[in-house]
Formats: sequence, C-alpha cells, structure tokens
Amino acid sequence: MNVAVDATPQVAPQACRVPYRVFTDPRFYALEQQRIFRGENWSFVGLEAEIPNPGDYKATAVGDTPVIVTRDTDGSVNVVQNRCAHRGALICRALRGNAKHLECVYHQWAYNLKGDLIGVPFRRGVQGNGGMPEDFVLGEHGLDRLRVETLNGLIFASFSPTVMALRAYLGPVVVGQIERIMNRPIRVLGDQRQYIHGNWKLYAENVRDPYHASLLHLFHTTFGLYRSTQQGKSVMDESRRHSLLFASSGSNDDKKDKEAYKGARTFDTGFHLQDPSVLKGRQEFADGVTLVILATFPNFVLQQIANTLAVRQIVTYGPDAFELVWTHFGYADDDAEMQAIRIKQANLIGPAGYVSMEDGEAVEIVHRAVAGEDTKASYIAMGGGRADDADHLVTEGAIIGFWQTYRNIVGFDLPA
Amino acid sequence: MIVNQESRLALRMAVEELMADYAAVIDDDRLEAWPGLFTEDCLYKVMPRENADRGLPLATIFCDSRAMLVDRVVSLRQANIFPVHHYRHILGPVGIKSTSPAGIVAETNYLVLRTRGDGETAVYNAGKYIDLIVEAEGRLKFREKTVLCDTSRVDTLLVRPL
Repeated sequence: MNVAVDATPQVAPQACRVPYRVFTDPRFYALEQQRIFRGENWSFVGLEAEIPNPGDYKATAVGDTPVIVTRDTDGSVNVVQNRCAHRGALICRALRGNAKHLECVYHQWAYNLKGDLIGVPFRRGVQGNGGMPEDFVLGEHGLDRLRVETLNGLIFASFSPTVMALRAYLGPVVVGQIERIMNRPIRVLGDQRQYIHGNWKLYAENVRDPYHASLLHLFHTTFGLYRSTQQGKSVMDESRRHSLLFASSGSNDDKKDKEAYKGARTFDTGFHLQDPSVLKGRQEFADGVTLVILATFPNFVLQQIANTLAVRQIVTYGPDAFELVWTHFGYADDDAEMQAIRIKQANLIGPAGYVSMEDGEAVEIVHRAVAGEDTKASYIAMGGGRADDADHLVTEGAIIGFWQTYRNIVGFDLPA
Repeated sequence: MIVNQESRLALRMAVEELMADYAAVIDDDRLEAWPGLFTEDCLYKVMPRENADRGLPLATIFCDSRAMLVDRVVSLRQANIFPVHHYRHILGPVGIKSTSPAGIVAETNYLVLRTRGDGETAVYNAGKYIDLIVEAEGRLKFREKTVLCDTSRVDTLLVRPL
C-alpha cells in the first residue's frame, strides 16, 4: 500500500473534500472497526509504566473491542481480548489491578497472564456426572491474543497477524520523536478521561491541524504558547497516516505576531493572569521545541506542551461518541520542583485545560452540524490542499494525509 | 454538655452557610464572587477519584492561590469556548470531621446537574468535597478544597468550577 504518491481523482488537486456521512453513518463505523482497528494497523493501548510489576494489568480497548494489557511473570507485555473463551463474558471488570492469573467470574475459567486457558471447573464432571467432552483440550480455548510491540515504553497492539513491524509502521519521523520524548524512564502522574459526543475522526483531524490551534484557543495565542507565526513544522511519515506538529515559542515576536493576528479574537492583549505561575516552567529540551503534537494512526497522540507530557488514547463508542484518555507523566528522575511544575501546568491540558477544553466543543459542533447530511463534503485546502509536509504552521496537509489513508482503507463510497 | 451542643450547632450552621454560599455563587453564575470564598493562599483541586485512589497527584484543575481562581473565572468569561450551560449543585449533609486550631475539616457529598442550552439536564458530576475551613477576613473561608470526583470521566469539557 503506497499512499505517499496518491493521484487518484477523488481528491481534487487544490482541496480535499470529505463527505460528512463518514462521521455519522454507522456503516462507515462498522467498516472502520473491521479494517482499521482490527486491520493492518497498530493501536496504542498503554504505557509500560502503568504495568511495572509482574501480574499488573490494565483494561482498555482497541476501537470498541475490550482488551487487557498484562505484565507476565517473565516480564513480557501481553495484550489479550477481554472476553472469556467460554461464553463471552468480560474477564477483567476493573480498570486496573494485579493478579496471579485472569479468572472469569461467571464460571471461573482461569487463564494465565498470556491468555492461555489453565483451568475449567468440573472439567471431568462431578461424581460421574457432567464434565467436558473427551476431545476438549485446554490449549484450544485461550483468550484471543493480539500482537504486541513496545517502543520506548509505549505499548501498541494489533489484531492482525500480518501487520508490518511497529517501527516500519511508524516510520523514522515518528520513531525519532518518540525517542526524543520517551528518552528515559517515566513516572505516571495520573489520568484524565473525557467523553466527547462526536465522531472519533473529528479528533483525528483536530490533532493534525495547526491552523485551528491559535484561532480557537485564546490561551495559546495570547500567551504565546503556540502561534501559527512560530517557527515550526507539520510533517508526516512516508505513508502520510501519522502527523508530527512541532513549534518553538522562543521564536515569538509579540509586535509582528500582533499584526498577523490583527482582528483575531484569540490575540487578546487586554487579558492578563493574576497568577502567571501556571505558565512558568523549565526548558527541558536542548532543541528549543516547546510544543509537540505527535498523532499516530489510528488512535494515539503523544504530546509535549511546555512542561506537560502526556499520551492521549482514543476509544470509540459508536459513530457518535468517543472517550479520550489522557495519561500524564513526568520523568522518574524529576525533582520535586519539576513535578510541581508539571502538576500546575496540567491546568493547560485535559478536559479542563486552558489550551485543550475547546477541542471538545469543536468536535461536537461539527458533529451536530453534519447530522443527516448524505451528500455534502468538507473543504480542506489551507496550505495548498495536498498531503504535503510544511516548514510552517499555516497548513492542513496532515489532515489530508489522514484522509488519504482512510480512503485507501475504508473508502468514501457508501458500503454496498 | 448543653453548651457544647449549642456551640457545635452554631459551628455546623456557619459551615452550612458557607456551603450554601459556595453552591449559590456558581449556580447563579456569580462566579466573580467565587474566589472570595477562599483564603488568599488557598488550595483548590478537582481530583478524579481514579487518581486519588492510586495516590497519584494529577488533578484536573489545580490552583494554589486565590489569584489562580480569579484567572479561571476571567478565562471562562473572556477566553474559553464551551457550550452554553448552567449547573445546579445538590449538597448532602455536612460531616464535620474535626476541629482544631488549623481549622475545621468537613466532608460534604455533592451532585452537580448540568443543563445545556437546549434545556436538557443530566447528572454531570458526583463526588464529595473535602474541605479545610478557617476564619479569615471576618468570615469562614476555604483554606483547602478538594473536589473528589467519583465521576472521573468528564462529559465534553469542564470549565465551570465544581
């Protein structure tokens, strides 16, 4: 599949148009679950730091399929479907915990941490009655296992036995950025969960969109955390399915920037903070990059905004809703002051974040407006209307990269 | 004992008045009066139970000064984009856990209903307040307020204080 050089006629040269029905029609959603989340892709499922000890587990989902991420006694990370091989009950009902083995409460079928079935009650019957058939073999009834690969503490899983290796799937641009942020052991600071009443792909667009960030989020622009005038880039991997946005606030020029944003609501010189400590931090990276939004197809974001470090995982709940799980972290060697900076700057991100809460509203106002629309399409053209990298931040190229990938996997035509 | 009982009732009434004021300034959209219910060096945290139960420090909102509360309100008025909505706080009985020279520790269950612009009302957040209350500037104020949210999953976004 080579989508890098894509000249198929569905995308006009000057603009990308996405039919609104892909956001609302359940037939597209069903195809996405099958071809994207259960297809030849790697979905993010968690951080190794969330399951540091043997027996630690975490329940999460790939698309809308429940899975369990476990740390086995041999140290390996395993991902299995959270569904008993007997009659389909959830095995893990808690979000996380520690266990010697996984056991279904319904009939106590027990599995080891790799998902192999190790025990079935009354297997040989009771006092000569009942029991499983002669040909019943434990080894044939394990939990469905996903392929797992980790990269610098990030855990990815795939339902596909034929998916390409993770590093090749991500490509060097993405791998390089993961290695930059995940450069040493981390410490999880906590989670935030956000339930958004809109289609998950509207969020996939949002995190590939450097055009909106300074026009929707006043905090970004007014306090110079992010401006489209900054030195930065919007680049993609070769396949164009992933997106890396980065910018440096060191390049801010208040006078020039004010001119560029003349008339914009979000550059508000009259807005001041009584306690600006929320914006105080440290320069952590020698390259001077102060904002990174790395979005990998289909469900993952790794971010650095000032001193906030976090992963965001998209969990789908039908065409009309998704959950965004934010897991904040610092480094294991952070001193007390650095941790305090991260905890205070967490005011910037998450469902109550000064530079992120608006994204929940942005997704929902699109989703509400496209309800029932069967023929019309969006118009995506900022920066030239092609899935091109840009050495500036006035572009929608990475959004088009996402849609080229989507069209190749799912298509824009209504399923027959 | 009677005297003690009377002073306990007086204390409870004073704390309940503070709680009622707190709910009213938010629900009646008098948010500019909200920071005034805290001491200048206050700590206000909206803490998902999911994090608190694991001993993890991350809060959804973390303000360690009254000035930061003012900034939240000014930001809501001038900067943030969010759906039209208002809250209704339903508070349970105040449980006074201890009194000492450091202040009164009180715990109060809360339920916040959110009504959207289209008139639909839903349970938005449930949990309990864990408060450290002191006398300052001539009245009772919150020195610390932890909003411990059973509702770890925020619906759409959180802009108005809980």
